[in-house]
Amino acid sequence: MSEPLLSVRGLHVDFVTDRGVALVLDGVNLDIGPGEVVGLVGESGCGKTTLARAILGILPPGAARIRGGEVRYRGQDLLRADPIAVNDRVRGRGITFIPQDPFTSFSPVFPVQTQIMDLMKWKSPRAGNGDGAPSPFRRYPRERYRADREAVLDTLRAVQIPEPARALRRLPHEFSGGQRQRLMIAMALLPRPDLIIADEPTTALDVTIQAQILRLLRTLVKERGVSVLFTTHDLGTAHEICDRIVVMYAGQEVEAAPTAAFFSHPAHPYTRRLLASVPTPDGEIRDIPGEVPSLVEPPAGCRFHPRCDYASAECRSARPAPRMRAAAHAVSCYHPVDAPPGSDA
Amino acid sequence: MSAPSSAPLLEIVDLVRYFPLRNAFGRRTAWLRAVDGVSLSVQPGETLGLVGESGCGKSTLGKTAIGIYTPTAGDIWFAGREIGRLPPRERRRVARDLQYVYQDPGASLDPRWKIVHSLHEPLKIHTRLSRTERAREVGAILSAVGLPDAHLDLYPHELSGGQQRRVGLARILTLRPRLVILDEPTSGLDVSVQASVLKLFRSLQETFALTYVFISHDLSVIRATCARIAVMYLGKIVEHGDKTAIFEEPRHPYTQSLLAAVPRIGGRRVTLDFALQGEPPDPRAVPSGCRFRTRCPLAQDVCAAEEPALRELDGRRVACHFA
Amino acid sequence: MSSSKGASTAVWFVLRRLTRDRSALLGFALIVALLLAALLAPVLSTHPDDVFELHPSERLRAPSRAHWLGTDRMGADVYSRLLFGARITILIGVIAVGASLIVGVPVGLVAGYYHGWVSDLLMRVSDVFLAVPQVVLAIAIAQTLGPSLPNVILALSATYWPWFARVAYAETRSIQKEVFVESTAALGASPWRLTALHVLPNIASPIIVRASIGMGFTILTAAALGFLGLGPPPPTPEWGRTIAESREFLPDAWWYATAPGLAIFLTVMGFNLLGDGLRDVLDPRLRRTHTARDE
Repeated sequence: MSEPLLSVRGLHVDFVTDRGVALVLDGVNLDIGPGEVVGLVGESGCGKTTLARAILGILPPGAARIRGGEVRYRGQDLLRADPIAVNDRVRGRGITFIPQDPFTSFSPVFPVQTQIMDLMKWKSPRAGNGDGAPSPFRRYPRERYRADREAVLDTLRAVQIPEPARALRRLPHEFSGGQRQRLMIAMALLPRPDLIIADEPTTALDVTIQAQILRLLRTLVKERGVSVLFTTHDLGTAHEICDRIVVMYAGQEVEAAPTAAFFSHPAHPYTRRLLASVPTPDGEIRDIPGEVPSLVEPPAGCRFHPRCDYASAECRSARPAPRMRAAAHAVSCYHPVDAPPGSDA
Repeated sequence: MSAPSSAPLLEIVDLVRYFPLRNAFGRRTAWLRAVDGVSLSVQPGETLGLVGESGCGKSTLGKTAIGIYTPTAGDIWFAGREIGRLPPRERRRVARDLQYVYQDPGASLDPRWKIVHSLHEPLKIHTRLSRTERAREVGAILSAVGLPDAHLDLYPHELSGGQQRRVGLARILTLRPRLVILDEPTSGLDVSVQASVLKLFRSLQETFALTYVFISHDLSVIRATCARIAVMYLGKIVEHGDKTAIFEEPRHPYTQSLLAAVPRIGGRRVTLDFALQGEPPDPRAVPSGCRFRTRCPLAQDVCAAEEPALRELDGRRVACHFA
Repeated sequence: MSSSKGASTAVWFVLRRLTRDRSALLGFALIVALLLAALLAPVLSTHPDDVFELHPSERLRAPSRAHWLGTDRMGADVYSRLLFGARITILIGVIAVGASLIVGVPVGLVAGYYHGWVSDLLMRVSDVFLAVPQVVLAIAIAQTLGPSLPNVILALSATYWPWFARVAYAETRSIQKEVFVESTAALGASPWRLTALHVLPNIASPIIVRASIGMGFTILTAAALGFLGLGPPPPTPEWGRTIAESREFLPDAWWYATAPGLAIFLTVMGFNLLGDGLRDVLDPRLRRTHTARDE
């Protein structure tokens, strides 16, 4: 694979909570290539949202601590770069964000136009690189405004918002959830980013609307060669939109593979159990014994070992390093399983 | 109507529930027709699935059946008795046999009450058992849901979400109801947690001989748990019958789109072929005739003029002129 | 019964939290001082009989070792009368606020529980009472029934109960929407049971806060009524009346007005500080529900 667009290495993030320090991310590694849609799959508490926020640099400052690791975007480590330059050039420009909840992503008192044009004022691809410090008096030159507005209308048409010029003047509550997500997709595309981080963008939507949004998103990013980091807890959604899937469990990434290989030859015991717990038509229900561990005192070594059928002494002592099983298929496990899915209990 | 093997436990006939929409002066400007003429029957011991997307009225239907809302029109027959028009005191007594589980059963617990008091309360309302007798019942239910006795002394916020859910269920089961309406019980849950919850429901159904009405928008969950299903759209039932028949060969265009939208793991991406455009119409301004006609690929003039009635077709009932 | 054990642990919890808030502690201390002054007036005062006896020969003496806060125009010890005046103050405050609570909270509960004409009627009635200024009503009552302690209390209660009704109404309406209320109703609980055992304990906090702040407000108004001569007649050592008496002797006999004025100020401030502290402690803490779900 060519030089990855985004490369996360050994990222450790802690959260300070009432009950102690939670070790939310435990040395996570992740690569995203240019033009690639990567799915980050995991259940609640696995750290996928924290990872997305760490990449964007929007972790809550009081509670979260980055203990170590690097996040390289186009070769530059975002964690150690000048924060003002990162804010100006990367956040909201090189890397944009689609949040999960469409109902709270807009300020309810302003028309949609105000918020989108605000975005363009600061993050339009036509805006020069500022000297960094955001000036409250920064001007918005008329020509650039017009060019930007044309771009906005074009993008709104691309996301299939009917009558874009009229839509811009409306207030957010006049749009449905699905339409708001389309607006968010438009806003994520307008700065012409290299990477979009989409945090469970269809979880709050009905299944028929979800199907429309997923199709739209995939079409648009493939057209424009934009990479996407798509977090979700729904394997079906990941199957629909992703080229590659990375599974996380309790702050550790456990398996990464191209989509087809992921679903046909899952190797990590957790991944296999996860796939098996999806409800099947025959009515048999398989769950995973045990519970997600507390991150304040997580299990040593591989964090899945208390619930794993194959756990051995080495699993309890040291976290397994990722090993390649096939082309681009990495598993972090001492006992990866070779059989096709569904063949174990 | 297919002949039931025994009398249905719950029978809903032409149920209607409208909500008035008021403007700033409090004057009624329109009706929100949440449930607009629904008929269903539930056999004892079965699990009936009620499927639909947001705004279709399935939750309102459940809440009207249980008595949280009073019906605007129509009948609700439970164990041979009409309950929709009972006076409040009589209606409260029916709660012993007909119960409702919220999406988050833990939220149904009073945050200022200890678990033990929340669990005793239903028995205090409906029975005259002594404290020891109640304690025995509560103990039995706790083990049925898999919770230790130690939890009795705690407050809800001291338990995890999963434990709160079990307590919420236990509270309802102390009454030994005959029919339980489950309203989106697995929404928002991780898939492995969802599996645990479904297993719990199944075991409780066996232990307590329960009948379930399972309301959900998640088709794969419905398929795994229900034997018969009803598909709702904008306040009406569009298709209704045996699950396998409907899932394998859906007849109503909406059901077809709904099934086509569900991602399938392994195999062709469904979104490549997904064709349904637009969004459901505003429930305050329901289209005339067939409500699905604004998005339906088969729509013709007759669909706007005449509302299709449910008719028998291929072992299920469909409301469409062209199915 | 159901939550009695919960209530006592809750009280303990509240007190512990309260100790961390310095201004609330100050308020608490002031109120304790007031209570002690009232309870132990016979013990703490230097001239307990001065409530009734007159010593005209000693009138308007400045503060000295014999008379810590000086003497008033009748020669009575200002300090001792102040302590006995605390009893009046507390009596007025407790009864007026108590009566307002007993009338206002049930009205608010009923108005909040029902929707429709019952609720509208009750809240309109309370609005009418709210519109009446307390002083004007007190004057009217004093004119018809004569100035006295019970009449002051009547005037204050009659105008303060709508505040409790409002709080109870707003809180009941918002609690009603909570899932646990709806689900307990679905379990078959009667409206009585719901209101008494579920709604009331959950709306207690804002009512307690309002009661504490109301005490301060009521006492201030009572003092104003006493100042106007509408309160208990002399020789009752009511603080407001004492200030009124002192007017003609200012600025020479400064102690005469300063002592009761300072007493009123500290009392009202005490209740306000305590009320604010209670509000901070009670509302956010006990409303917060913990969820096990993290990020």
